[in-house]
Amino acid sequence: MTKNLRVKTSKFIDETYKVSFKFNGKTYYGFKGDTLASALLANDIHLVARSFKYHRPRGIMTAGSEEPNAIVQLHKNTSRTEPNVRATEIEIYDGLEASSQNCWPSVNFDIGGINNFLSPVLPAGFYYKTFMWPASFWEKYEYFIRKSAGLGKSPSTPDPDIYEHRYIHCDVLIIGAGISGVMAAKVAAKNGFKTLLIEEKNYLGGETIYQDSEHFKINNQTSGSWLDKEINEIKKIKNLEIKTRTSVAAFHGYNFLLARENLTDHLPIEQRNGKTRQRLLKIRAKKVITATGSLERPLIFDNNDRPGILLSSAINKYASLFGVACGEKNILFTNNDSAYETAANLFKKGISIEAIIDNREEIDSKLIKESEKNNIKIYKGYTIVDTYGYKRINKISIMQLSKDGQKVVGSKILIPCDCLGISGGWTPSVHLFTQSGGKLKFRDNDQVFIPNTYPSDQISIGSCNGDFTLDEILSNISKTLKEFLGINKTGYENLEVQTSFNKSKRNIWLLPSDKIVGKTKSFVDFQNDATAKDIKLALREGFRSIEHVKRYTTTGMGTDQGKLGNMHALGIISEISGSKMGELGTTTFRPPYTPLTFGTIVGRNVGEYFDVYRKTPMHDWHVKNKAKFENVGQWKRAWYYPKNNESMHDAVQRESKAARDSAGILDASTLGKIDIQGTDASEFLNRVYTNAWSKLDIGKCRYGLMLNEDGMVYDDGVTTRLNENHYIMTTTTGGAATVLGKLEDYLQTEWPELDVYLTSVTDHYATISVCGPKSKKIISQVIPNLDLSDDNFPHMSFKDTKINEIKCRVMRISFTGEQSYEINVQANYGKSVWEKCMKAGKEFNITPYGTETMHLLRAEKGFIIVGQDTDATMTPIDLQMNWIVSKKKYDFIGKRSLYRSDTMRDDRKQLVGLLTENPDEILEEGAQIVANFNKSPVEMLGHVTSSYYSPNLKKSIALGFVRGGKNMMGQKLIIPMENKKINVTVADPVFLDKENKRLNA
Amino acid sequence: MFIIHCPYCGEREQSEFKAGGEAHISRPKQPSELSDDQWAEYLFMRKNIKGVQYERWVHTHGCRKWFNIIRDTSNDQIQAVYKMGEKPPIK
Repeated sequence: MTKNLRVKTSKFIDETYKVSFKFNGKTYYGFKGDTLASALLANDIHLVARSFKYHRPRGIMTAGSEEPNAIVQLHKNTSRTEPNVRATEIEIYDGLEASSQNCWPSVNFDIGGINNFLSPVLPAGFYYKTFMWPASFWEKYEYFIRKSAGLGKSPSTPDPDIYEHRYIHCDVLIIGAGISGVMAAKVAAKNGFKTLLIEEKNYLGGETIYQDSEHFKINNQTSGSWLDKEINEIKKIKNLEIKTRTSVAAFHGYNFLLARENLTDHLPIEQRNGKTRQRLLKIRAKKVITATGSLERPLIFDNNDRPGILLSSAINKYASLFGVACGEKNILFTNNDSAYETAANLFKKGISIEAIIDNREEIDSKLIKESEKNNIKIYKGYTIVDTYGYKRINKISIMQLSKDGQKVVGSKILIPCDCLGISGGWTPSVHLFTQSGGKLKFRDNDQVFIPNTYPSDQISIGSCNGDFTLDEILSNISKTLKEFLGINKTGYENLEVQTSFNKSKRNIWLLPSDKIVGKTKSFVDFQNDATAKDIKLALREGFRSIEHVKRYTTTGMGTDQGKLGNMHALGIISEISGSKMGELGTTTFRPPYTPLTFGTIVGRNVGEYFDVYRKTPMHDWHVKNKAKFENVGQWKRAWYYPKNNESMHDAVQRESKAARDSAGILDASTLGKIDIQGTDASEFLNRVYTNAWSKLDIGKCRYGLMLNEDGMVYDDGVTTRLNENHYIMTTTTGGAATVLGKLEDYLQTEWPELDVYLTSVTDHYATISVCGPKSKKIISQVIPNLDLSDDNFPHMSFKDTKINEIKCRVMRISFTGEQSYEINVQANYGKSVWEKCMKAGKEFNITPYGTETMHLLRAEKGFIIVGQDTDATMTPIDLQMNWIVSKKKYDFIGKRSLYRSDTMRDDRKQLVGLLTENPDEILEEGAQIVANFNKSPVEMLGHVTSSYYSPNLKKSIALGFVRGGKNMMGQKLIIPMENKKINVTVADPVFLDKENKRLNA
Repeated sequence: MFIIHCPYCGEREQSEFKAGGEAHISRPKQPSELSDDQWAEYLFMRKNIKGVQYERWVHTHGCRKWFNIIRDTSNDQIQAVYKMGEKPPIK
């Protein structure tokens, strides 16, 4: 029988709206406004999870995003199920389904709980130490380790939700809408700044909004009701945008921030369809005000992790904001005044408090006096030494602290309870500040790290800056904002503040026990089960750096990133090692502050939008004619055109044969085209290509090879001289952008004196290449008025002409070794000219061919493909292309490097042809080449770069790189494969038509 | 992600630019007269310091112009931006 622990109507909860939800398969009810955590607590459910390593029962511990324990699996279906969601952050809706993680068969009875009893043999570094030997057993260990590791299950089918990215620019960004954030937002917006206020919760006002105690007053109203009026006011300001349910994930340099806006997670599933689920906000702010508040610290004592143990501030929040009592017999344990605030609020709501255990001796505080007046038993100078109850706390034992706080004295007192609130003071949330590059300083008097130096135009205010009490916050905020925003008045200069808070605190990082440390389980990191004992062990084993201790013990490495316990880990290390905390420093705070979904990160860039792709003007024709496509850079290029269920091999053989026997047609539009103009264009080409360009006649084309300054082949292509000072350069498809970039670099930075202008015109033209013995006949039909005689239009020249009224440029250049014509037309005419060629070529069996056939045809001729046959370690000499390297030119890019001792070596890998002993055997590209198996290790001489079966030569041909291959002509080599060795002979890389007769056939 | 003040376009996001390594290394006017060591020095040796560094950048997705910046690599603060061929405004 579950109890109803709803105490008193809260204005934040809509009790008229009942919400039903399922937890671990059972149906419960809560109200609109509840979080999953508050609704479970109202049903008296504390046990919600099992811990990671020891599988100890764990309950809800906090009321916010810092929650280490209550992380659950959300949704049942395979596409939306989401692991590691904090129950303290989920707003409940009708039909919500959540379940516990890391337990089997159930959270109530978990087999893994045996780890708890094995804990003496599961110390820090257990895995490192145990599974090292024998090394060959690792695979077996791994299976079990993987099985026991990880929390929750990831979805197994695609995410149906929509995510998006949005850029926001603002003058002032305020992170956190607690009292400081609200005040800052009002001041900034009222002073004309375009202001953005971001809050991770669904309401504004932070911890102050539910404060209605007489002890905290502003202008004679309770701080809660004063703040409520301020919030109502800022909601009306036009230049202030407020985003709730939005969590800042990362704070980068130059005030660039990423935030996740949750849009539909609080809605019933059926209301989410078609709506964007989450949005990644990319915010660029001129000024940032961080008002992220602070997190209450736990206290570290034996068995401080049982269900029913919460932060004292969380108990206060559940009672005041959600109207839920976390227990019927409550005890508070504290080292500062905060717990008495909780006590006062619980008392007011009629929730009983059995006792307050205070580390401190006698303190003069109005808050304590009120608790005493309310007849709450206060144990001053005491500490808890142990707690009892397996699945829910039922008892604590306390002892008196010695004067120095190092040990316990006197006798044990047992006090029964069902809920324990702990308060160890407050830790400023400096995560985002340090992510931005800010440096912290340590404040000794209350043991906190606070912001010290700012790397950008930003400021931290309120409790994240170490101002914990209302009077401190309010007295500093006006001055800080005036300075930061450069304004004269904030309107908050004369606030009247009353507060009863006494700031004294007795900080003991690890509370003493009557047991020795080795016998205690005092948890520092609740999610990862790292205890004080583990940290001490790490130190004993020689770890000193906080970063090393963290990784060895896994302290702070859970999904909560140790938001609660990291300070205690530091404190314990500091105490043992004797170094000051300020000198130890903190571990690095890394984004995101709270976990992000992959969906948010990816946004709309999924499926076909993952990357843009480029289509040629003839793309639709290729699709219609059943082409298979391959990706070349961002281009979709026709790969081959299978006919009647042809295999790729068959299609390529047919296409290759047709291109040499009659005619082939290729879409070459993707080749990069750079328009080069200027009086120094020829000189420029002289400097960037290895061969000479000054004497190229107008109307002629020339093949050029481009090197990097290190002498390695970078790109190649044909460049045409259109006019005295006008060239058009073609580049490889993939190299177009980088070649242009490189040429611009040289022009602007090394040779600014040259009068040369570069423009990319790749997309402006469609390029249709018609090749083969019948190509001349086909072109003569397509362009009847063009004189195609070899005298008028020889190989390596171009003509400007017209097809009907369409201007076109025809180049007689060849990448196949066949006579061929390349027609360039304005892109939008590409498809119609292509179709014209197909029509004219029909009687000659014109055959469209794709990139694969193109590769085969050029391999028959021994033409290289930059990027396939080269890999940025090949000089033109290695490629046996000495003919293209000018000896006369004084300089060109990469020339000097061709004369380095290394590039001049004779035994470099050089391009050769390879012929297999069995002419039907096709080599595998990438296969290794060796000469001798007798020497061990076997020396790899090189590898195969291109390999095909040539239908025109009726044999297998290949290109490859072989060490010293230039001088190995005719030599036998071996290609070792997985299950055989293939014998090959080194050959001339030009396999077909060495005399280039076919060009003019 | 920092913001760079392109001397031709003004303030733009870093993602519009590409870094081009250390600045003020001129290509030798007469490469053929250099020893292998001297050529290697020009070709391969670049500084990569923590602190103030002179760098080349290009506004790839903008005006395509190259320019120099002075950047503190430890905190990405850009101390100056100046055009190619100009002397660094600060030492």
